[in-house]
Amino acid sequence: MGHAATPVVPSARTMVLNMGPQHPSTHGVLRLVLELDGETIVRATPDIGFLHTGIEKNAEKLFYSQVITLTDRIDYLAPLANNLAYCLAVEKILGIEVPARAQWLRVLLTELTRINNHLIWLGTTALELGAMTVLLYCFREREEILRIFERVSGQRMMTSYFRIGGLALEPPLDFYPCVDQFLKMFPGRVDEYEDLLTENRIWQARTQGVGVLSKQDALDYSISGPNLRASGVNWDLRKAQPYSSYEQFDFDIPVESAGDCYARYRVRLAEMRQSTRIARQALEGLPDGPVRAHAPGVVLPDREKMKSEMEALIYHFKIVTDGFAPPVGEAYVPIEGPKGELGYYIVSDGSPRPWRCRHRPPSLLNVQVLSKLLPGHLLADAVAIVASVDFVLGEVDR
Amino acid sequence: MNVPAELSEHALVRALQGIHPQAVAAASVFRQQLIIEVPSSLLRTVCECLRSHSDFPFEFLADLTAVDWYPLEPRFEVVYQLLSLQANQRLCVKARIPGDNPRIDSVSGLWPAANWFEREVFDLFGIHFNGHPNLRRLLMPEDWEGHPLRKDYPVEGYR
Repeated sequence: MGHAATPVVPSARTMVLNMGPQHPSTHGVLRLVLELDGETIVRATPDIGFLHTGIEKNAEKLFYSQVITLTDRIDYLAPLANNLAYCLAVEKILGIEVPARAQWLRVLLTELTRINNHLIWLGTTALELGAMTVLLYCFREREEILRIFERVSGQRMMTSYFRIGGLALEPPLDFYPCVDQFLKMFPGRVDEYEDLLTENRIWQARTQGVGVLSKQDALDYSISGPNLRASGVNWDLRKAQPYSSYEQFDFDIPVESAGDCYARYRVRLAEMRQSTRIARQALEGLPDGPVRAHAPGVVLPDREKMKSEMEALIYHFKIVTDGFAPPVGEAYVPIEGPKGELGYYIVSDGSPRPWRCRHRPPSLLNVQVLSKLLPGHLLADAVAIVASVDFVLGEVDR
Repeated sequence: MNVPAELSEHALVRALQGIHPQAVAAASVFRQQLIIEVPSSLLRTVCECLRSHSDFPFEFLADLTAVDWYPLEPRFEVVYQLLSLQANQRLCVKARIPGDNPRIDSVSGLWPAANWFEREVFDLFGIHFNGHPNLRRLLMPEDWEGHPLRKDYPVEGYR
């Protein structure tokens, strides 16, 4: 956040325009310092930090189990993906194996999270380019997903449903028909979005050939996820380095080669279809068994057992008041988040609180690359490009 | 050199030793993840060679961050998470630097992505990166005092 020393010295030909931090199409409090020659952007300097709340610092003062509630708030559009990456990292240090049923439910819910994230991306991006209908349609479907989240975790957005060693609770029985109904309805809705946009000449004119990110630049700037795949790199952590039993699911990786805003749109729409496919497989093939690992001292005991067994009550009291201490060690665990490689780097010093809890933010890199993408484009296209890379300022600033 | 015998034959350890005989200061494996510690003076050379290595081209800098081990010395660890898409291989490279005037060479010339990563580490830990083109605070205000992720910085801030 460098208000005073932003190093933009306009020449006689150019002028400096501040876009944000209070601007509707920066998706939050992002400030872009644009140097313009007429209407052409010569230089773009993103300025961030307005939402910095010191989440990584706070995490160092909390028990491992308490940090989960902070991870929701980092990327608040994909809370369950954050929960998953964090839990996998801590589970790796602990050496806990999560039961198959919990892994599959995690897959099911993270894919719904991906759809949720892409719906907001699609809706807001279309809104920036003047297509308001799409936003209303997307939020209609998003509402269904939020209802599923509420059913399963009691919360619409700050779910904190994944716990170290498994899930908070077995999902309620009416969760399954709800998901089933959503998955039946959703592919038709994606067709609707495609009808509105894919062949739309205005949409194509605003996105095709705009904001082209070459394959090499994408790799140099550590761009991952849908943005990387839109630049022609076939790389998806769910296939390349599977976690949480993704190796048992059958799905395709959509890849486009153009690297422009339209390619990023195509990839995300295709991903929503693939996510529906994965979620369907998870729902139908869901294995039986417990949803929490057998790890006394780490995983809270059953509520029912606490009423009749002394040991369960003691364990519950100990875990809640003293936390649990993983062995000394460290783990960097990345997952394929909706916005790109979402990683947690946890360092344990053998105490019940993480010594270091680093959230590797894909959004930060998606904003950083704007200084590369924007120059040479018209000011009006800046809106399309900023929207197309997909970031959330809560994660950029943390 | 602090390399366990079972790791001395590891392909990546050999590859780094091929770059420079002193390149591997320590190596360990925790939960199947290889962690290699490199002397901070050799870090940039090692990264440069790893980026264009013939067997493991680590063309992707997945993450760059730091850990403060206050009050231990050397106080800081700078941690690089490298990824090779081609070889489908990850590698964690670390360098230790002292708490007094912490400095290390910048890798932003190798991976442009490191530009903001290093600014963030500079901002929150106060580690200087030699040769960084624009080493300013990234998240905190320009006139902020102190580096919040240091362990001697109180959670509630200075009052």
